[in-house]
Amino acid sequence: MAFTLYSLIQAAVLCVNAVAVLHEERFLSKIGWGVDQSVGGFGDEPGVKAQMMNLVRSVRTVMRVPLIAVNSVCIVLLLLFG
Amino acid sequence: MDPTAAQPSFRQRKLQPNMRLRNSAGDGSDGMFEDTSGAGLGPQSGYSRNQHAGPQAEGFPGQTLLSDPMSNLAMAYGSSLASQGREMVDKNLDRFIPISKLKYYFAVDTVYVGKKLGLLVFPYMHENWEVSYQQDTPVAPRFDVNAPDLYIPAMGFITYVLVAGLALGTQNKFSPELLGVQASSAFVWLVMEVLAVLLSLYLVTVNTDLTTIDLLAFSGYKYVGMIVGVVAGLLFGKPAYYLSLLWCCAAIFVFMIRTLRLKLLSEAAAEGRLVRGARNQLRMYLTMSIAAAQPIFMYWLTYHLVR
Repeated sequence: MAFTLYSLIQAAVLCVNAVAVLHEERFLSKIGWGVDQSVGGFGDEPGVKAQMMNLVRSVRTVMRVPLIAVNSVCIVLLLLFG
Repeated sequence: MDPTAAQPSFRQRKLQPNMRLRNSAGDGSDGMFEDTSGAGLGPQSGYSRNQHAGPQAEGFPGQTLLSDPMSNLAMAYGSSLASQGREMVDKNLDRFIPISKLKYYFAVDTVYVGKKLGLLVFPYMHENWEVSYQQDTPVAPRFDVNAPDLYIPAMGFITYVLVAGLALGTQNKFSPELLGVQASSAFVWLVMEVLAVLLSLYLVTVNTDLTTIDLLAFSGYKYVGMIVGVVAGLLFGKPAYYLSLLWCCAAIFVFMIRTLRLKLLSEAAAEGRLVRGARNQLRMYLTMSIAAAQPIFMYWLTYHLVR
């Protein structure tokens, strides 16, 4: 149970990596989570699944480039300090 | 801020969930920190008055010793440099950590702290759980016992770390690094819990005016129960630990449900009437799971301390 703040950061980076790696046409469309399948009406009930699809799509759009930097930093730290 | 002008009119607030300002422009901050505890103790007000006093109050105590005009000039220049640096730091820090919003959460006094602690351990007799507002901004915690604050969670966290060190010492397992380990693991669990609650609030699309700092405050209230349990366990042995932990877990479960009910559920469901519908059910499950996570964390973070 000896958590440090750095292990939390590492866990967060791994999770975000996992979300960013999901491929749009090879995987997400196949299971019905594609971008074109989330268009709902203008009602006020997005639903849990639509929110999750939005979240996945926005994480992939926003975090692709910063993740390159963050991953490189983590790799360098891991190589230097173990 | 005039406490007698506060009106409990929270129903209209749900139309504008995130547009409230907790402390607009600083003209409320002078009124927030006045001493209302009535017991003559004003440590918080004294501290904040020192903060607002400005660079002239940062004393150079040995001023009378240096009467040389050159050193006077140097001292004046140095103090102006210091004030410039302080302004720059304040301006930049406010971009990352919303200091003015944080000040709202620390506007507490002794009476509020006493009442809130009593509420955390015995919430069964309290009837009115609504937060009162004053012209669209929530009233500072010292005027309303239902408002969340960050003072009790912060003090509770620090006390928990110290009590954990004490408890580990009675098991002959203490070392100074262990204090840091305890503090960082408890902090990490807190951050993970707040992130999980934020994620589930986003997924369920609840239109609420709960901010992140509110969630941090609510998650921090469990430290009070944990401290009570561990101290009882240290003083009276394991059965006392289990009994007091059970009592505090039930108390914080009821406290969270009654507080979150007004913020998360729709108005009809918050009144207690049964409202059917998948969305209301989802919100009810969300409230229940947030409240149920508190006792789990309380046990998880303290069971290794009382052996």
